[in-house]
Amino acid sequence: MLQDKDRIFTNLYGMHSPGLDEAKKRGAWHLTREMLQQTPEWICDQIKASGLRGRGGAGFPTGLKWTFMPKEVRDRPHYLVVNADESEPGTCKDREIMRHDPHLFIEGCMVASYAMRAHACYIYIRGEYIAEREAMEVAIKEAYEARLIGKDNVNGWDFDVYVHHGAGAYICGEETALLESLEGKKGQPRLKPPFPANAGLYGCPTTVNNVESIAVAPTILRRGADWFAGFGRPNNTGTKLFCVSGHVNKPCNVEEEMSITFKDLIETHCGGIKGGWDNLKAVIPGGSSVPLVPAEQIMDAYMDFDTLRDLKSGLGTAAVIVMDQSTDLIQAISRISYFYKHESCGQCTPCREGTGWMWRVLERMAKGEADHKEIDMLLDVSQQIEGHTICALGDAAAWPVQGLIRHFRHEIEDRITQYRAPRALVSGSTVAAE
Amino acid sequence: MADDLFKLNIDGKDIEVPKSYTLMQACEEAGAEIPRFCYHERLSVAGNCRMCLVQWKGAPKPIASCAQTVGEMRMNPDGTPPNVLTKGDYVEKARNGVMEFLLINHPLDCPICDQGGECDLQDQAMAYGRSGSRYSLNKRAVENKNMGPLVKTIMTRCIQCTRCVRFAAEVAGVEEIGMISRGEDAEITTYLEESLKSELSGNVIDLCPVGALTSKPYAYNARPWELRKTESIDVMDAMGAAIRVDAKGDAVMRIMPVVNEEVNEEWISDKSRFIWDGLARQRLDRPYVRENGKLRPASWKDALARTAELLGGPAEKIGFVAGDLVEVEQAKAVKDLAGQLGVKSLDCRPAGAGYGADGVREKYILNPTLMGVEEADALLLIGANPRLEAAVWNARIRKAWLWNDLQVGVVGEPVDLTYDYEHLGTAPGDLEGLLNGDSDFVKAFKAAKKPMVIVGEQALVGENSVDVLNAAHQIALDAGAIAEDWVGFGVLHNAAGRVGALDVGFVPEEGGSDTAAMLSGGVDTLVLLGADERDLSQLGDTKIIYVGHHGDAGASKADVVLPCAAYTEMDATYVNTEGRVQMARKAVQPKGEAKEGWAIFRALSDLVGKTLPYDSADELREVIREENPVFAGLGFAPGTAGHKVLLEAPAKPQGLDKARPFGAVISDFYMTNPIARASETMAECSLMKRGLETPVAAE
Repeated sequence: MLQDKDRIFTNLYGMHSPGLDEAKKRGAWHLTREMLQQTPEWICDQIKASGLRGRGGAGFPTGLKWTFMPKEVRDRPHYLVVNADESEPGTCKDREIMRHDPHLFIEGCMVASYAMRAHACYIYIRGEYIAEREAMEVAIKEAYEARLIGKDNVNGWDFDVYVHHGAGAYICGEETALLESLEGKKGQPRLKPPFPANAGLYGCPTTVNNVESIAVAPTILRRGADWFAGFGRPNNTGTKLFCVSGHVNKPCNVEEEMSITFKDLIETHCGGIKGGWDNLKAVIPGGSSVPLVPAEQIMDAYMDFDTLRDLKSGLGTAAVIVMDQSTDLIQAISRISYFYKHESCGQCTPCREGTGWMWRVLERMAKGEADHKEIDMLLDVSQQIEGHTICALGDAAAWPVQGLIRHFRHEIEDRITQYRAPRALVSGSTVAAE
Repeated sequence: MADDLFKLNIDGKDIEVPKSYTLMQACEEAGAEIPRFCYHERLSVAGNCRMCLVQWKGAPKPIASCAQTVGEMRMNPDGTPPNVLTKGDYVEKARNGVMEFLLINHPLDCPICDQGGECDLQDQAMAYGRSGSRYSLNKRAVENKNMGPLVKTIMTRCIQCTRCVRFAAEVAGVEEIGMISRGEDAEITTYLEESLKSELSGNVIDLCPVGALTSKPYAYNARPWELRKTESIDVMDAMGAAIRVDAKGDAVMRIMPVVNEEVNEEWISDKSRFIWDGLARQRLDRPYVRENGKLRPASWKDALARTAELLGGPAEKIGFVAGDLVEVEQAKAVKDLAGQLGVKSLDCRPAGAGYGADGVREKYILNPTLMGVEEADALLLIGANPRLEAAVWNARIRKAWLWNDLQVGVVGEPVDLTYDYEHLGTAPGDLEGLLNGDSDFVKAFKAAKKPMVIVGEQALVGENSVDVLNAAHQIALDAGAIAEDWVGFGVLHNAAGRVGALDVGFVPEEGGSDTAAMLSGGVDTLVLLGADERDLSQLGDTKIIYVGHHGDAGASKADVVLPCAAYTEMDATYVNTEGRVQMARKAVQPKGEAKEGWAIFRALSDLVGKTLPYDSADELREVIREENPVFAGLGFAPGTAGHKVLLEAPAKPQGLDKARPFGAVISDFYMTNPIARASETMAECSLMKRGLETPVAAE
């Protein structure tokens, strides 16, 4: 279990003021100038050595990502864009950082920008996050007034931060759709390549990072890469914000050591599962887009990238959605499918057409009003979407459905059988109309 | 191996292609066929239909081949070229999946769809579709949008490929089509229930891979396999765009573009495309003779006899005026007949135009060529509005402006050309000292490696028109635009027949009258060759013989009307503004008793006892070729061939007026010739353009 002295986000619950003076007492903006006197390569090396993997869901090594930026600024400026469009259902960690620890975050923006030789950083905040935007604006104003950032600041690296408020579209959390939206266009993902590090915002080299990835960076540099790498298992290091929701006694956001077991996480921080461990049915361990994991597999699993990947799920944003035996899983996944259908941008064919199809079939399956054959068809449709789209939203829509069929196929079958039993249906009567 | 080449293994076949190729191009190079909907070679890559998926061995997912640049691909771990498969179960499965998704919400109403038979979706569904549907739910319906009188929409058929959106934004330069909403509610619309404010809007019909955007005038008229297709040349402007005339029986059913990279790429203007209903209306299908103030139908014999009688007067009191659509054969026959009769007054130019009198071809054609604008780095337009005068070329200028950073300057009306330009003045006087300025354009123009000066018809009519031409020529010389490998000076005409007529010398002989003089009572007998665009109000009691195909301004004033064939009804030679000699082909028979223009004058020459020395169009063309070798090469633009003539400094321009600005020569794009004026479709467009009528909804 993580000790209080090792917490990065010491004001996660807003017990103290988010203001600059208090934040400084908690350690923010300490030694920033000295960090910026190191070379950008040193910073990247430190972050690499810490083993920090991106906290936005994909888990790509952050230090490595920073090194993809060109080594010197040529005709085009470099940009850091921070993805604060936190819309993944179940996820609410970046919100707390922006509300309660904004200075750590702004300091992180500055350090990261320096590491990639950017003088400007854009923070793209989710449309629904109004209080968070206001909190960020207050904090940024404080930082400017204290000359921590801006032109000729005390830290010695000219640096500006701009907050952009989105309009509430999930797809704008996809990094290239975010860039489109930031440029004032419709939020639709771009084709990759080119990757943002080559041609990102306004065609300039750009790195897009999650809020948490950026906000932990200064503390890693202050306390050393070894300190951060000392938590968790190899390749899955550091501390991580977990957002636990669902059928636990005390749902919470908590910073914990990576690779804590699921049981420890729930017992230590969430007061256990409602109705005891026998009542646990399934867990979605990383936000709505990862496949669910049934109780018996998740209970003793390490909560980290590699373990959950081996369970054919993922750590994602570490938004742990706990579901007990009372949960109608088919209905739950159907609701998630509706979300993806609603949030699909409509640009490319499989996602535009397939998400609605999956949702409608699941709606019927939730009632049992389907055919047994349709389960395999649904799986097939989900595989026709997965990997065939421009961005990962297609995958995100397909995985929960695949997870449901993989682990709870019997429930769907039972539901259909029950529905059909009192009705004298002729087999095959639901054959498609042309 | 050259640095810019890349090795690939496609379907087991080793191939080397330039690094800039997309994987799709490379696959095609290797002989594989890649299905696609959203990809179009003249538009930006969208990569959204996902139909062109291929397998790249080692990649975790199938690759959209349209969006993958070959040069960015990695070698295999063992250093061998990447292996790409365009066939096989993996690829088939991916494409079948995409096809299924495209079809679940497609209405499958092919039997009543005008796209049927030439539909990409239909064709590719044959290869990748299932025989039955697994989709048992209700299909999505999308409300139709009103897009004006030209484009019919059935949006339920739309597959959101966004070709039309990209065309409007990139080629036409009007950002008026877009995709609104998201996910399965996404719709293509013009937002305001309006037609595109573009002269090129009809091209979205060809671009649409399904039947969502079809031709409204052609709706339910014919099936593609019933049509007789004739490749020909358009005469709506002086570009001479390549077209295909589709006819059924004796009627032209539609006109489509044909690819000609050097002229029109694969676009045509709305006028070229939708003119065809004008070919069936207001037609002169038999000769008429005026008696007691009224035109009465007459036989060819009577009409020709009357004509011969009128031409029997003194030669100095006879004149010939050629109109905008006159073909070379007719112009030549008339020119020869005039020579035989001793007539010196003949002219093919609008009133006030002085160009071409000296017979120096380089001074009245567009030497840099239409395609040349893509090489140019600065373009000066003098008295030209290419958007209306050569709409398709305007798109090419826009392309050069967009991708090649072409700088444009304009002396003339400050109109919306769909690209940014610097406005340098409005009157001939502004040409004086133009290069002494220090504006951004002038600097760019003087520094340009390939500067281009284009003079339009606005500058070439009116007083001192030759001086304006000389001033422009001098500017081109001063800017170094004329050299052995680059001739950046030319004239943009707007009439299909003009250059051809000039090439056969259809200008006043020494002592003859020009158009203005002939039209203001300078002659007693005037022969109008489809000259409906000239001001006929000052004719007085001049006797008029009208030779043309439409009952328009000229026919109504005529004493004798002789019906001739229109451009779709004969094999005819036209020379475009670049000096490119091209042949229009006969797609349908002339209407009624109408004859080909040259044949009328051949018959007439017999009656007046001055028989012309050719009995067939081929013999006539032989004569034309012998007398002027430029006609020997079909489809060829001379370009820099005549640069030497232009190296000589022109006479010093006199009296360039600062107070009298260039005026528009086209006031209504949709009404520039008698065929257009007879077209109901063009009339609707014209009304829309002038805002006189609120469009009614489709259907």
